[in-house]
Amino acid sequence: MARAVSNREKTVTTIVAWTLGILMFFPILWIAILSLKTEVDAIRGPIEVLTSGWTTESYGAVQARSDYFKHFTNSVVIALGSTLLGLLIAVPAAWAMAFVPAKRTKNVLMWMLSTKMLPPVGVLIPIYLIFRDTGLLDTRTGLVIVLMLINLPIIIWMLYTYFREIPGEILEAARMDGASLRKEVLYVLTPMAVPGIASTVLLNVILAWNEAFWTLNLTASKAAPLTAFIASYSSPEGLFYAKLSAASVMAIAPILIIGWFSQKQLVRGLTFGAVK
Amino acid sequence: MATQHSRTAARLMISPAVILLLAWMIVPLALTIYFSFLRYNLLMPGTEAWTGWTNYYYFVTDPSFTDAIWNTLALVGGVLIITVGGGTLFALLLDRPMWGQGIVRILVIAPFFVMPTVSGLVWKNMFMNPVNGIFGHIATSFGFEPFDFFGQAPMASIIWIVSWQWLPFATLILLTALQSLDSEQLEAAEMDGASWLNRFWFIMLPHLARAITVVILIQTIFLLSIFAEILVTTNGGPGTATTNLTYLIYVQSLLQYDVGAGSAGGVIAIILANIVAIFLMRMIGKNLDA
Repeated sequence: MARAVSNREKTVTTIVAWTLGILMFFPILWIAILSLKTEVDAIRGPIEVLTSGWTTESYGAVQARSDYFKHFTNSVVIALGSTLLGLLIAVPAAWAMAFVPAKRTKNVLMWMLSTKMLPPVGVLIPIYLIFRDTGLLDTRTGLVIVLMLINLPIIIWMLYTYFREIPGEILEAARMDGASLRKEVLYVLTPMAVPGIASTVLLNVILAWNEAFWTLNLTASKAAPLTAFIASYSSPEGLFYAKLSAASVMAIAPILIIGWFSQKQLVRGLTFGAVK
Repeated sequence: MATQHSRTAARLMISPAVILLLAWMIVPLALTIYFSFLRYNLLMPGTEAWTGWTNYYYFVTDPSFTDAIWNTLALVGGVLIITVGGGTLFALLLDRPMWGQGIVRILVIAPFFVMPTVSGLVWKNMFMNPVNGIFGHIATSFGFEPFDFFGQAPMASIIWIVSWQWLPFATLILLTALQSLDSEQLEAAEMDGASWLNRFWFIMLPHLARAITVVILIQTIFLLSIFAEILVTTNGGPGTATTNLTYLIYVQSLLQYDVGAGSAGGVIAIILANIVAIFLMRMIGKNLDA
């Protein structure tokens, strides 16, 4: 933008924006601070909190008291498992729709998206009963299947928009030069598709990691991921602010980092291409 | 380019996804509709019987249903007003030149990545708790009586928490839309002497209209299903003060084991969501052609 902006104007904007940014981020910053305090200090006033001593004992206590690492592993397995399983099904489908479009392709895509609009609570009871009768309740397998299904439309849709940006002429050129289908896919298509696939994986890991309807309703203790584990802190049992903070920081840190890398993909993935 | 051979291959590649999604949609949906016409309680197995519209009648005439509908409207409406209004302001601000823009953007977006159970519990305990929360401490240090957020204004508190989570989403989308605005148009208007307010009203806002609609529709779909934030903070209470439709159905079916009434509620929730979905799908479909 060529318009000249006075330094004064820029300074004012900077101050206002930073203030609002820090206010938005403050709750996260605050639990990071509380997680490094003793339980006694964590419930004191803000000034006493900041001036009291620091300790990492809460992090150890969370693990010792409730086997934090088990729930963390559950989250990783469920988020990665459902995303990879989804990719396995979505890549061929998106590839076919992007490169061999048929008359009904658009309708199929729209229909897939419409399944995402189904409110989960509308199908809670049947899924719950089916899971109960098949022994899938409170298992990681069950959650991998459900989260894969609820995110499958987003995975297909995102991959489709990325694949469609790959120019078809390049594929034709490769074919003209005598590349077999296998070579075409391996050496021409894959390198161009990898960035799109990677973005799709990132966004879906975020969505699966934070999913809190099915994970809360379909798990008890064995397969409970972090969303459900943190929810168990809602029944107050004495002083627990520091431990809750430590557990929360560990639960959101990985996704915060992934999220910052995938801001752009977030817009594309969650608006289904309606905003560019 | 597409031969008969490649068409068959394409169909084979699409079919697993189609079959899975079809099964995922049809089987539970059919079961929900079927259960909604049954007298079916998990505590009394073997007594299932066809009851026609009785479940619907009981579900809709229950006073907590009316409460839940109003609460759902308050929650969705309140969060939409805060996030769309605040998101537009944030986007306009973040679009201006400043130092450290990238970092500010990261700070503003961060709450979107916090899982719902964490944001619910952190706001409830560390901030809104009248005794130990930060707001309580600040009020006391200035000599005021601390405000009991979840006791006095439970629904407003939940709206606040959910807005904190969704404001980044609205900001990010509106900022993306704003950055695609042709800056020459704005400069021309400025040279012609248009004030900032006029530029905003006649150029930026019409340009943002489409993105705002998308934000409203997508958020509505997600906000209709808010569940975890209510579960960890109020359990729908006090009374039914924070019970939305999703939570009411959860209580009916998984806490009171009344599968029949819960299913009737589920069917109603599906119908409500579909009204929003139709508009959203139309907008996305238009964009697909472009």
